[in-house]
Amino acid sequence: MLHIKCPHCGMRSQNEFSYGGDASVKRPELGKEISDQDWDNFVYNRKSLRGKHWELWQHLSGCRQWIKVERDTSTHEIFNTLKATEEIS
Amino acid sequence: MQKYSIFSLVKNAFSNHETWDLAWKDPTPKKEYDVVIIGGGGHGLATAYYLAKEHNITNVAIIEKGWIGGGNVGRNTTIIRSNYMYDDNALFSEFGMDLWRKMSQDLNYNVMFSPRGIINLAHSDAQMNVYARRGNSMRLNGIDAVLLNREQVKEIIPMADFSENVRFPIFGGLMQPSAGTARHDAVAWGYARQADSMGVDIIQNCEVIGFDVSGGKINGVRTSRGDIKAKKIGLCVAGSTNILAEKLNMTLPIETHLLQACVSEPVKPVLDRVVTFGAGHFYISQSDKGEMVMGGDLDGYNSYAQRGNLPTLQHVLTEGIAMMPFLSKLKMLRTWGGIMDMSMDGSPIIDKTHIEGLYLNCGWCYGGFKATPASGWTFAHTIAQDRVHELNSGYSLNRFSTGHLLDEKGLGTKTWIS
Repeated sequence: MLHIKCPHCGMRSQNEFSYGGDASVKRPELGKEISDQDWDNFVYNRKSLRGKHWELWQHLSGCRQWIKVERDTSTHEIFNTLKATEEIS
Repeated sequence: MQKYSIFSLVKNAFSNHETWDLAWKDPTPKKEYDVVIIGGGGHGLATAYYLAKEHNITNVAIIEKGWIGGGNVGRNTTIIRSNYMYDDNALFSEFGMDLWRKMSQDLNYNVMFSPRGIINLAHSDAQMNVYARRGNSMRLNGIDAVLLNREQVKEIIPMADFSENVRFPIFGGLMQPSAGTARHDAVAWGYARQADSMGVDIIQNCEVIGFDVSGGKINGVRTSRGDIKAKKIGLCVAGSTNILAEKLNMTLPIETHLLQACVSEPVKPVLDRVVTFGAGHFYISQSDKGEMVMGGDLDGYNSYAQRGNLPTLQHVLTEGIAMMPFLSKLKMLRTWGGIMDMSMDGSPIIDKTHIEGLYLNCGWCYGGFKATPASGWTFAHTIAQDRVHELNSGYSLNRFSTGHLLDEKGLGTKTWIS
């Protein structure tokens, strides 16, 4: 069982959260010329890192906010959590 | 190579089974091969076998970081089926079914293929309609499919919950009678033994550290046991695909996720089919040892852990108990996990890449085991002929950019969602 520290609610069990995937993926900006490759990278291509991985989780059975979590994908250790609006440093 | 038969069994009984030949050798890697296959799982071993058998290419090495059969080929729930609706998936899988039927004779190794049939349960009228459509598509592609009503299902699996006041009543099901199971370890060992006997070097405990690429061509691979040259390299590493792709500066439409499976304590024969729950994700069969073999959802977040987490297991087994209440009385014997190469449309990739001589076989999601022979056969063809075969033409890498997705389940890009 993972324990995730929601930046809004504090430490909660994994059961309250749902997963939203890689948080480092950026949607191409609106109104700009975008290549097919940019779209592919946004929609499909993923690094799927082994080790430290920034990812989105939603505190679905809690405050319902999306948050960013830095987790190790091979040990499940969680290093850091941020509000969705906070930038990954 | 010593042929396995009743006579060799009797002969070796007289020497207390102490003089059997080794099933495969433990060679030191040569400096150069015609083809190097990275990954000694089912698909890699099958690829090497068909390279030798179908294309007469025997100067081949399989490089495996761990040991043969220690990855997903030894961790799956052994289900074999071809109950797909889309042509590309259906024809590929049904080609594989033919190879499964002949496998034990072909490999001179008993893979215990047991075509006991698979039943996908339906829990609503709408689901029955969807199954009727899939069943019709299967039959048009020459695959056996039978739509069963509630009474017919009850006759086959009376131990399922047929009471009236349940959340997900059984309306019927779709059955593929020719589907079944096989002994997964035997598949790996059978392919390894035959490939070895035809001259393939199976090199275990050999980790890939990097690649030698120049001028858009692959020249070889750097390993923990030295550099190995090869003009053709096949990547066949399932959940580790992204790790090796990073060394090649490739980003792929793949995410690695964890799937768990479990077995109960052994009980007397009670279930002679493979059954799947239609209102969630749960599948079950009974092994020859009597254990109930079960699996279901992914853990749901990127993972390279090769071990599972309890919440998903509880969720999956709740579904199992809803479908077959007697399971609640059984003790759990073992649980384990394997890492899945989840592609962005739920279908695999067997293709060439932008690097000349580098071939890619990945994206098997939950369905890699049943595809072992067909994957090996088509990947061997793709490598040997340097062009994809008709059977794996739908499994191209560029289908994501061209929009020709094979989204059999219609889950969009989040195929790991449950």
